[in-house]
Amino acid sequence: MAKQTIVPFGPQHPVLPEPIHLDLVLEDENVVEAIPQIGFIHRGLEQLVSKKDYKQFVYITERICGICSFGHSLGYSQTVENLMEVEVPPRAEAIRVILHELSRIHSHILWLGLAADAFGFESLFMQCWRLRERILDIFEQTTGGRVILSAVNVGGVNYDIDDAMLKGIVEVLEGLRADYGDLCHVFVDDSTVRSRLFEVGCLSKEDASALSCVGPFARASGIPEDVRSYGYGGYGLLSGFEPIVSDGCDCLARVEVRTKEVVQSIDIIEEIISKMPAGEIQNKVKGNPGAGAQAVARLEQPRGECIYFAKGNGTKYLERFRIRTPTAENIAGLVQALQGCKLADVPNIILTIDPCISCMER
Amino acid sequence: MGKPLIFSKTTLHNLFSKSPCKMYPAVPAHFYERTTGHIENDIEDCILCGACMRSCPSNAITVDKKAGTWQIERFKCVTCLNCVRVCPKSCLTNVNTYMPPATEPVIDLLHKVAED
Repeated sequence: MAKQTIVPFGPQHPVLPEPIHLDLVLEDENVVEAIPQIGFIHRGLEQLVSKKDYKQFVYITERICGICSFGHSLGYSQTVENLMEVEVPPRAEAIRVILHELSRIHSHILWLGLAADAFGFESLFMQCWRLRERILDIFEQTTGGRVILSAVNVGGVNYDIDDAMLKGIVEVLEGLRADYGDLCHVFVDDSTVRSRLFEVGCLSKEDASALSCVGPFARASGIPEDVRSYGYGGYGLLSGFEPIVSDGCDCLARVEVRTKEVVQSIDIIEEIISKMPAGEIQNKVKGNPGAGAQAVARLEQPRGECIYFAKGNGTKYLERFRIRTPTAENIAGLVQALQGCKLADVPNIILTIDPCISCMER
Repeated sequence: MGKPLIFSKTTLHNLFSKSPCKMYPAVPAHFYERTTGHIENDIEDCILCGACMRSCPSNAITVDKKAGTWQIERFKCVTCLNCVRVCPKSCLTNVNTYMPPATEPVIDLLHKVAED
Protein backbone atom coordinates (compact mmCIF):
# COMPACT_ATOMS: atom_id res chain seq x y z
CA MET A 1 0.00 0.00 0.00
CA ALA A 2 1.35 3.43 -0.95
CA LYS A 3 1.92 6.01 1.74
CA GLN A 4 -1.16 8.12 2.43
CA THR A 5 -1.03 11.90 2.78
CA ILE A 6 -3.78 14.26 3.89
CA VAL A 7 -4.01 17.57 2.00
CA PRO A 8 -6.40 20.17 3.45
CA PHE A 9 -8.51 21.87 0.74
CA GLY A 10 -10.26 25.09 1.75
CA PRO A 11 -12.03 26.79 3.47
CA GLN A 12 -10.05 29.51 1.68
CA HIS A 13 -9.10 28.42 -1.83
CA PRO A 14 -8.87 30.33 -5.14
CA VAL A 15 -11.63 28.28 -6.81
CA LEU A 16 -14.02 28.47 -3.88
CA PRO A 17 -16.20 31.58 -3.73
CA GLU A 18 -17.55 30.36 -0.41
CA PRO A 19 -15.92 28.42 2.45
CA ILE A 20 -16.02 24.63 2.64
CA HIS A 21 -13.24 22.42 3.90
CA LEU A 22 -12.25 19.02 2.51
CA ASP A 23 -9.58 16.74 3.89
CA LEU A 24 -8.22 14.93 0.83
CA VAL A 25 -6.62 11.58 1.63
CA LEU A 26 -4.08 10.99 -1.15
CA GLU A 27 -2.06 8.07 -2.38
CA ASP A 28 0.50 9.73 -4.65
CA GLU A 29 -1.64 12.00 -6.86
CA ASN A 30 -4.85 9.99 -6.44
CA VAL A 31 -7.64 10.95 -4.04
CA VAL A 32 -8.60 7.93 -1.96
CA GLU A 33 -11.14 9.66 0.22
CA ALA A 34 -12.51 13.16 0.74
CA ILE A 35 -13.84 14.14 4.17
CA PRO A 36 -16.00 17.28 4.06
CA GLN A 37 -16.39 19.74 6.89
CA ILE A 38 -18.98 22.54 6.92
CA GLY A 39 -20.09 25.23 9.33
CA PHE A 40 -17.94 28.24 8.42
CA ILE A 41 -20.74 30.54 7.30
CA HIS A 42 -23.76 29.62 9.45
CA ARG A 43 -25.75 32.74 10.32
CA GLY A 44 -28.87 31.34 12.01
CA LEU A 45 -31.24 32.95 9.53
CA GLU A 46 -33.99 30.34 10.00
CA GLN A 47 -34.23 31.28 13.68
CA LEU A 48 -35.01 34.88 12.69
CA VAL A 49 -38.64 33.84 12.02
CA SER A 50 -39.18 34.35 15.73
CA LYS A 51 -38.08 38.01 15.44
CA LYS A 52 -39.43 39.11 12.03
CA ASP A 53 -43.07 38.74 11.05
CA TYR A 54 -44.03 36.55 8.11
CA LYS A 55 -44.33 39.51 5.71
CA GLN A 56 -40.93 40.94 6.64
CA PHE A 57 -39.23 37.57 6.51
CA VAL A 58 -39.42 37.37 2.73
CA TYR A 59 -36.70 40.07 2.66
CA ILE A 60 -34.56 37.94 4.99
CA THR A 61 -34.91 34.77 2.89
CA GLU A 62 -33.68 36.50 -0.24
CA ARG A 63 -30.51 37.40 1.64
CA ILE A 64 -29.68 33.75 2.36
CA CYS A 65 -27.65 33.66 -0.84
CA GLY A 66 -26.83 36.22 -3.50
CA ILE A 67 -27.25 33.94 -6.51
CA CYS A 68 -30.41 32.07 -5.51
CA SER A 69 -31.93 35.15 -3.85
CA PHE A 70 -35.04 35.28 -6.01
CA GLY A 71 -35.62 31.53 -5.69
CA HIS A 72 -35.51 31.64 -1.91
CA SER A 73 -37.96 34.52 -1.64
CA LEU A 74 -40.25 32.71 -4.10
CA GLY A 75 -40.00 29.42 -2.18
CA TYR A 76 -40.72 31.14 1.12
CA SER A 77 -43.70 33.01 -0.33
CA GLN A 78 -45.14 29.82 -1.84
CA THR A 79 -44.78 28.04 1.50
CA VAL A 80 -46.59 30.78 3.43
CA GLU A 81 -49.26 30.93 0.70
CA ASN A 82 -49.79 27.17 1.11
CA LEU A 83 -49.86 27.67 4.88
CA MET A 84 -52.53 30.39 4.69
CA GLU A 85 -54.30 28.99 1.61
CA VAL A 86 -53.78 32.19 -0.37
CA GLU A 87 -54.46 32.24 -4.10
CA VAL A 88 -51.90 34.00 -6.30
CA PRO A 89 -53.17 35.88 -9.41
CA PRO A 90 -52.20 34.21 -12.73
CA ARG A 91 -50.25 37.26 -13.91
CA ALA A 92 -48.20 37.26 -10.72
CA GLU A 93 -47.46 33.54 -11.24
CA ALA A 94 -46.28 34.27 -14.79
CA ILE A 95 -44.04 37.15 -13.63
CA ARG A 96 -42.58 34.86 -10.95
CA VAL A 97 -41.71 32.27 -13.60
CA ILE A 98 -40.09 34.90 -15.84
CA LEU A 99 -37.94 36.26 -13.01
CA HIS A 100 -37.10 32.78 -11.74
CA GLU A 101 -36.00 31.60 -15.17
CA LEU A 102 -33.96 34.80 -15.63
CA SER A 103 -32.27 34.07 -12.32
CA ARG A 104 -31.56 30.53 -13.52
CA ILE A 105 -29.92 31.94 -16.67
CA HIS A 106 -27.80 34.34 -14.64
CA SER A 107 -26.86 31.62 -12.15
CA HIS A 108 -25.87 29.13 -14.85
CA ILE A 109 -23.88 31.68 -16.86
CA LEU A 110 -22.13 32.77 -13.68
CA TRP A 111 -21.36 29.14 -12.90
CA LEU A 112 -20.05 28.47 -16.42
CA GLY A 113 -17.68 31.41 -15.93
CA LEU A 114 -16.49 30.06 -12.58
CA ALA A 115 -16.00 26.61 -14.10
CA ALA A 116 -13.94 28.14 -16.92
CA ASP A 117 -11.86 29.96 -14.31
CA ALA A 118 -11.37 26.70 -12.38
CA PHE A 119 -9.95 24.88 -15.40
CA GLY A 120 -7.77 27.86 -16.26
CA PHE A 121 -9.65 29.47 -19.16
CA GLU A 122 -9.84 33.05 -17.84
CA SER A 123 -10.85 34.65 -21.11
CA LEU A 124 -13.89 32.38 -21.33
CA PHE A 125 -14.72 33.29 -17.73
CA MET A 126 -14.76 37.01 -18.67
CA GLN A 127 -16.96 36.39 -21.71
CA CYS A 128 -19.52 34.47 -19.63
CA TRP A 129 -19.76 37.18 -17.01
CA ARG A 130 -20.06 39.81 -19.70
CA LEU A 131 -23.15 38.01 -21.04
CA ARG A 132 -24.56 37.77 -17.52
CA GLU A 133 -24.56 41.58 -17.28
CA ARG A 134 -27.42 41.70 -19.79
CA ILE A 135 -29.60 39.63 -17.46
CA LEU A 136 -28.66 41.81 -14.49
CA ASP A 137 -29.67 44.86 -16.52
CA ILE A 138 -33.09 43.27 -17.13
CA PHE A 139 -33.42 42.74 -13.38
CA GLU A 140 -32.52 46.35 -12.66
CA GLN A 141 -34.96 47.64 -15.24
CA THR A 142 -37.87 45.48 -14.08
CA THR A 143 -37.40 45.29 -10.30
CA GLY A 144 -34.82 47.93 -9.41
CA GLY A 145 -32.24 45.50 -8.01
CA ARG A 146 -29.46 43.65 -9.78
CA VAL A 147 -28.96 40.77 -7.35
CA ILE A 148 -31.37 41.23 -4.43
CA LEU A 149 -34.63 41.91 -6.24
CA SER A 150 -37.25 42.27 -3.45
CA ALA A 151 -39.79 41.43 -6.16
CA VAL A 152 -41.91 38.76 -4.45
CA ASN A 153 -44.17 38.97 -1.45
CA VAL A 154 -46.77 36.72 0.10
CA GLY A 155 -49.77 36.77 -2.25
CA GLY A 156 -48.16 38.06 -5.43
CA VAL A 157 -45.33 40.19 -6.78
CA ASN A 158 -44.28 43.77 -6.07
CA TYR A 159 -43.62 44.85 -9.65
CA ASP A 160 -45.66 44.50 -12.79
CA ILE A 161 -43.81 44.09 -16.07
CA ASP A 162 -45.58 45.97 -18.83
CA ASP A 163 -45.73 44.99 -22.50
CA ALA A 164 -42.89 47.32 -23.54
CA MET A 165 -40.58 45.78 -20.93
CA LEU A 166 -41.63 42.24 -21.93
CA LYS A 167 -40.79 43.05 -25.54
CA GLY A 168 -37.42 44.42 -24.40
CA ILE A 169 -36.74 41.22 -22.44
CA VAL A 170 -37.42 39.07 -25.53
CA GLU A 171 -35.09 41.26 -27.62
CA VAL A 172 -32.28 40.99 -25.06
CA LEU A 173 -32.74 37.23 -24.78
CA GLU A 174 -32.67 36.77 -28.55
CA GLY A 175 -29.39 38.72 -28.69
CA LEU A 176 -28.09 36.63 -25.81
CA ARG A 177 -29.06 33.38 -27.53
CA ALA A 178 -26.85 34.16 -30.52
CA ASP A 179 -23.78 35.18 -28.51
CA TYR A 180 -24.30 32.42 -25.97
CA GLY A 181 -24.32 29.78 -28.72
CA ASP A 182 -20.70 30.62 -29.57
CA LEU A 183 -19.62 30.19 -25.94
CA CYS A 184 -21.55 26.90 -25.60
CA HIS A 185 -19.66 25.64 -28.61
CA VAL A 186 -16.39 26.35 -26.76
CA PHE A 187 -17.56 24.62 -23.55
CA VAL A 188 -18.77 21.48 -25.29
CA ASP A 189 -16.43 21.05 -28.27
CA ASP A 190 -13.10 22.76 -27.53
CA SER A 191 -10.26 20.28 -27.18
CA THR A 192 -8.57 22.05 -24.23
CA VAL A 193 -11.86 22.17 -22.31
CA ARG A 194 -12.66 18.54 -23.06
CA SER A 195 -9.21 17.45 -21.92
CA ARG A 196 -9.97 18.85 -18.45
CA LEU A 197 -13.57 17.63 -18.16
CA PHE A 198 -14.11 14.45 -20.18
CA GLU A 199 -14.40 11.34 -17.98
CA VAL A 200 -13.36 13.34 -14.91
CA GLY A 201 -15.26 12.98 -11.61
CA CYS A 202 -17.69 10.32 -12.79
CA LEU A 203 -20.79 9.58 -10.70
CA SER A 204 -22.88 6.66 -11.92
CA LYS A 205 -26.68 6.82 -12.17
CA GLU A 206 -27.00 4.24 -9.38
CA ASP A 207 -24.74 6.23 -7.04
CA ALA A 208 -26.48 9.52 -7.84
CA SER A 209 -29.84 7.90 -7.10
CA ALA A 210 -28.65 6.18 -3.90
CA LEU A 211 -27.06 9.41 -2.60
CA SER A 212 -30.21 11.50 -3.37
CA CYS A 213 -28.42 13.91 -5.69
CA VAL A 214 -30.57 16.65 -7.19
CA GLY A 215 -30.53 19.27 -9.92
CA PRO A 216 -28.20 19.43 -12.93
CA PHE A 217 -25.67 17.30 -10.99
CA ALA A 218 -28.17 14.40 -10.89
CA ARG A 219 -29.52 15.06 -14.40
CA ALA A 220 -25.97 14.78 -15.75
CA SER A 221 -25.91 11.27 -14.29
CA GLY A 222 -29.06 10.30 -16.15
CA ILE A 223 -31.73 10.96 -13.51
CA PRO A 224 -34.67 12.77 -15.21
CA GLU A 225 -35.79 14.66 -12.10
CA ASP A 226 -36.91 18.29 -12.33
CA VAL A 227 -39.61 19.82 -10.13
CA ARG A 228 -40.65 22.12 -12.98
CA SER A 229 -42.04 19.11 -14.85
CA TYR A 230 -44.84 18.88 -12.22
CA GLY A 231 -46.13 22.24 -13.42
CA TYR A 232 -46.20 24.15 -10.12
CA GLY A 233 -47.21 27.81 -10.17
CA GLY A 234 -46.85 29.49 -13.54
CA TYR A 235 -45.14 26.45 -15.07
CA GLY A 236 -48.66 25.07 -15.63
CA LEU A 237 -48.96 27.60 -18.48
CA LEU A 238 -46.30 25.76 -20.49
CA SER A 239 -47.41 23.39 -23.25
CA GLY A 240 -44.85 20.84 -22.10
CA PHE A 241 -41.63 20.45 -20.17
CA GLU A 242 -38.91 17.87 -20.56
CA PRO A 243 -35.94 17.84 -18.16
CA ILE A 244 -32.54 18.02 -19.83
CA VAL A 245 -30.68 14.82 -19.08
CA SER A 246 -27.26 13.50 -20.04
CA ASP A 247 -25.84 10.01 -19.60
CA GLY A 248 -22.23 11.19 -19.58
CA CYS A 249 -21.97 11.11 -15.75
CA ASP A 250 -18.73 13.17 -15.88
CA CYS A 251 -17.83 16.85 -15.48
CA LEU A 252 -18.39 17.49 -19.19
CA ALA A 253 -21.96 16.13 -18.92
CA ARG A 254 -22.68 18.57 -16.07
CA VAL A 255 -21.42 21.46 -18.20
CA GLU A 256 -23.53 20.27 -21.14
CA VAL A 257 -26.69 20.01 -19.02
CA ARG A 258 -26.27 23.54 -17.70
CA THR A 259 -25.46 25.01 -21.11
CA LYS A 260 -28.66 23.47 -22.52
CA GLU A 261 -30.73 24.58 -19.53
CA VAL A 262 -29.95 28.22 -20.29
CA VAL A 263 -31.43 27.83 -23.78
CA GLN A 264 -34.38 25.95 -22.29
CA SER A 265 -34.97 28.83 -19.84
CA ILE A 266 -34.95 31.34 -22.71
CA ASP A 267 -37.59 29.21 -24.48
CA ILE A 268 -39.71 29.03 -21.30
CA ILE A 269 -39.59 32.82 -20.83
CA GLU A 270 -40.57 33.45 -24.44
CA GLU A 271 -43.47 30.99 -24.21
CA ILE A 272 -44.71 32.51 -20.93
CA ILE A 273 -44.48 36.03 -22.41
CA SER A 274 -46.51 34.92 -25.45
CA LYS A 275 -49.24 33.59 -23.08
CA MET A 276 -49.00 36.40 -20.52
CA PRO A 277 -52.26 36.54 -18.52
CA ALA A 278 -53.79 39.95 -17.75
CA GLY A 279 -55.05 41.12 -14.40
CA GLU A 280 -53.92 41.84 -10.86
CA ILE A 281 -50.44 41.10 -9.56
CA GLN A 282 -51.24 41.02 -5.85
CA ASN A 283 -53.89 39.45 -3.65
CA LYS A 284 -54.47 41.01 -0.24
CA VAL A 285 -53.30 38.76 2.57
CA LYS A 286 -55.00 39.25 5.92
CA GLY A 287 -54.67 37.41 9.20
CA ASN A 288 -51.90 35.19 10.50
CA PRO A 289 -50.87 31.59 9.84
CA GLY A 290 -52.99 29.26 12.01
CA ALA A 291 -51.63 27.63 15.15
CA GLY A 292 -50.11 24.24 14.28
CA ALA A 293 -50.66 24.69 10.54
CA GLN A 294 -47.83 23.24 8.46
CA ALA A 295 -46.95 23.60 4.80
CA VAL A 296 -44.29 22.49 2.37
CA ALA A 297 -43.26 23.90 -1.02
CA ARG A 298 -40.90 22.44 -3.61
CA LEU A 299 -38.99 24.53 -6.07
CA GLU A 300 -36.44 23.87 -8.80
CA GLN A 301 -33.62 26.23 -7.93
CA PRO A 302 -30.75 26.66 -10.42
CA ARG A 303 -28.78 24.16 -8.32
CA GLY A 304 -31.58 21.64 -7.91
CA GLU A 305 -34.67 20.79 -5.94
CA CYS A 306 -35.16 22.91 -2.84
CA ILE A 307 -37.76 22.09 -0.18
CA TYR A 308 -39.26 24.67 2.17
CA PHE A 309 -41.17 23.90 5.35
CA ALA A 310 -43.08 26.34 7.57
CA LYS A 311 -45.21 25.95 10.68
CA GLY A 312 -47.50 28.62 12.09
CA ASN A 313 -48.41 29.37 15.71
CA GLY A 314 -51.39 31.69 15.35
CA THR A 315 -49.32 34.90 15.64
CA LYS A 316 -47.69 36.98 12.92
CA TYR A 317 -44.43 35.13 13.64
CA LEU A 318 -43.86 31.63 12.28
CA GLU A 319 -43.13 28.82 14.71
CA ARG A 320 -40.54 27.19 12.45
CA PHE A 321 -39.09 27.67 9.00
CA ARG A 322 -36.71 25.22 7.40
CA ILE A 323 -35.03 24.89 4.01
CA ARG A 324 -33.47 21.77 2.54
CA THR A 325 -31.07 23.11 -0.04
CA PRO A 326 -29.70 21.35 -3.13
CA THR A 327 -26.04 21.75 -2.15
CA ALA A 328 -26.64 19.89 1.13
CA GLU A 329 -28.03 16.99 -0.92
CA ASN A 330 -25.18 17.02 -3.42
CA ILE A 331 -22.28 16.99 -0.94
CA ALA A 332 -22.58 13.19 -0.56
CA GLY A 333 -22.45 12.79 -4.35
CA LEU A 334 -19.45 15.13 -4.50
CA VAL A 335 -17.52 13.02 -1.99
CA GLN A 336 -18.32 9.93 -4.08
CA ALA A 337 -17.27 11.65 -7.33
CA LEU A 338 -13.96 12.75 -5.79
CA GLN A 339 -12.90 9.20 -4.96
CA GLY A 340 -10.24 8.00 -7.37
CA CYS A 341 -9.70 11.34 -9.14
CA LYS A 342 -6.40 13.18 -9.53
CA LEU A 343 -5.54 15.98 -7.12
CA ALA A 344 -5.41 18.52 -10.00
CA ASP A 345 -9.04 17.68 -10.94
CA VAL A 346 -10.45 18.30 -7.45
CA PRO A 347 -11.31 22.01 -8.05
CA ASN A 348 -13.18 21.12 -11.26
CA ILE A 349 -15.20 18.38 -9.62
CA ILE A 350 -16.09 20.52 -6.61
CA LEU A 351 -17.33 23.27 -8.90
CA THR A 352 -19.44 20.93 -11.02
CA ILE A 353 -21.95 20.47 -8.19
CA ASP A 354 -22.29 24.30 -8.25
CA PRO A 355 -21.74 24.53 -4.49
CA CYS A 356 -23.67 27.24 -2.67
CA ILE A 357 -22.41 27.10 0.88
CA SER A 358 -24.38 30.15 2.04
CA CYS A 359 -27.62 28.37 1.13
CA MET A 360 -26.48 25.13 2.70
CA GLU A 361 -25.60 26.64 6.06
CA ARG A 362 -27.95 29.64 6.19
CA MET B 1 -11.55 14.57 -28.75
CA GLY B 2 -12.80 18.03 -29.67
CA LYS B 3 -11.61 20.74 -31.99
CA PRO B 4 -8.80 23.25 -31.34
CA LEU B 5 -8.97 27.06 -31.45
CA ILE B 6 -12.78 27.36 -31.30
CA PHE B 7 -12.46 30.36 -29.00
CA SER B 8 -10.37 32.26 -31.55
CA LYS B 9 -13.58 33.49 -33.24
CA THR B 10 -14.62 35.28 -30.04
CA THR B 11 -11.08 36.55 -29.49
CA LEU B 12 -10.84 38.04 -32.97
CA HIS B 13 -14.30 39.59 -32.64
CA ASN B 14 -13.25 41.26 -29.37
CA LEU B 15 -9.99 42.45 -30.91
CA PHE B 16 -11.71 44.36 -33.71
CA SER B 17 -14.93 45.49 -31.96
CA LYS B 18 -15.59 48.53 -29.83
CA SER B 19 -14.71 48.36 -26.13
CA PRO B 20 -17.77 47.55 -23.99
CA CYS B 21 -16.38 49.49 -21.01
CA LYS B 22 -17.91 52.83 -20.08
CA MET B 23 -15.52 55.62 -19.17
CA TYR B 24 -16.94 56.20 -15.69
CA PRO B 25 -16.94 58.81 -14.13
CA ALA B 26 -16.45 60.89 -17.30
CA VAL B 27 -19.56 59.12 -18.62
CA PRO B 28 -22.07 59.09 -15.75
CA ALA B 29 -23.67 55.83 -14.59
CA HIS B 30 -27.08 55.04 -16.03
CA PHE B 31 -29.92 54.31 -13.61
CA TYR B 32 -33.30 52.91 -14.56
CA GLU B 33 -36.53 54.43 -13.34
CA ARG B 34 -37.03 51.54 -10.88
CA THR B 35 -33.42 51.32 -9.65
CA THR B 36 -33.48 51.08 -5.87
CA GLY B 37 -31.33 54.00 -4.75
CA HIS B 38 -32.49 55.48 -1.47
CA ILE B 39 -35.69 56.35 0.41
CA GLU B 40 -36.93 59.91 0.73
CA ASN B 41 -39.81 61.14 2.83
CA ASP B 42 -41.99 64.13 1.98
CA ILE B 43 -42.43 65.14 5.60
CA GLU B 44 -45.17 67.67 4.71
CA ASP B 45 -47.54 64.83 3.80
CA CYS B 46 -46.33 62.40 6.49
CA ILE B 47 -48.81 61.69 9.30
CA LEU B 48 -46.20 59.90 11.44
CA CYS B 49 -48.39 56.78 11.64
CA GLY B 50 -45.36 54.50 12.09
CA ALA B 51 -46.42 51.89 9.50
CA CYS B 52 -43.00 52.20 7.83
CA MET B 53 -41.22 51.66 11.15
CA ARG B 54 -43.24 48.51 11.90
CA SER B 55 -42.75 47.07 8.42
CA CYS B 56 -38.99 47.70 8.16
CA PRO B 57 -37.13 44.36 8.29
CA SER B 58 -33.84 46.02 9.26
CA ASN B 59 -35.23 48.45 11.89
CA ALA B 60 -33.76 51.41 10.01
CA ILE B 61 -36.73 53.76 10.47
CA THR B 62 -37.74 55.37 13.76
CA VAL B 63 -40.91 57.46 14.06
CA ASP B 64 -41.60 59.52 17.17
CA LYS B 65 -45.10 60.92 16.98
CA LYS B 66 -44.81 62.96 20.21
CA ALA B 67 -41.60 64.68 19.16
CA GLY B 68 -42.87 64.91 15.56
CA THR B 69 -39.77 63.31 14.02
CA TRP B 70 -39.12 60.75 11.31
CA GLN B 71 -35.63 59.27 11.16
CA ILE B 72 -33.83 56.83 8.86
CA GLU B 73 -30.44 55.23 9.48
CA ARG B 74 -28.96 54.97 5.99
CA PHE B 75 -26.40 52.29 6.85
CA LYS B 76 -29.16 50.00 8.16
CA CYS B 77 -31.55 50.54 5.24
CA VAL B 78 -31.47 47.67 2.71
CA THR B 79 -33.78 49.46 0.20
CA CYS B 80 -36.29 46.61 0.07
CA LEU B 81 -38.95 49.36 -0.34
CA ASN B 82 -41.34 47.62 2.05
CA CYS B 83 -41.94 50.99 3.74
CA VAL B 84 -42.83 52.61 0.41
CA ARG B 85 -45.44 49.91 -0.22
CA VAL B 86 -47.13 50.16 3.18
CA CYS B 87 -47.16 53.99 3.42
CA PRO B 88 -50.86 55.03 3.56
CA LYS B 89 -50.12 58.61 2.38
CA SER B 90 -47.59 57.65 -0.33
CA CYS B 91 -45.17 60.22 1.07
CA LEU B 92 -42.26 57.75 1.03
CA THR B 93 -40.60 57.36 -2.35
CA ASN B 94 -37.68 55.52 -3.88
CA VAL B 95 -35.15 57.84 -5.52
CA ASN B 96 -33.14 56.03 -8.20
CA THR B 97 -29.73 57.45 -7.26
CA TYR B 98 -27.44 56.18 -4.54
CA MET B 99 -26.52 58.05 -1.37
CA PRO B 100 -22.98 59.47 -1.43
CA PRO B 101 -20.38 57.19 0.16
CA ALA B 102 -19.67 57.82 3.84
CA THR B 103 -17.32 56.54 6.53
CA GLU B 104 -19.57 57.32 9.51
CA PRO B 105 -23.16 56.07 9.96
CA VAL B 106 -25.55 58.55 8.33
CA ILE B 107 -28.81 59.35 10.12
CA ASP B 108 -31.35 61.60 8.42
CA LEU B 109 -33.74 63.22 10.90
CA LEU B 110 -36.83 65.05 9.62
CA HIS B 111 -39.04 67.28 11.77
CA LYS B 112 -42.73 67.62 11.14
CA VAL B 113 -43.82 71.24 11.58
CA ALA B 114 -46.98 71.36 13.69
CA GLU B 115 -50.05 72.61 11.80
CA ASP B 116 -51.89 75.32 13.74
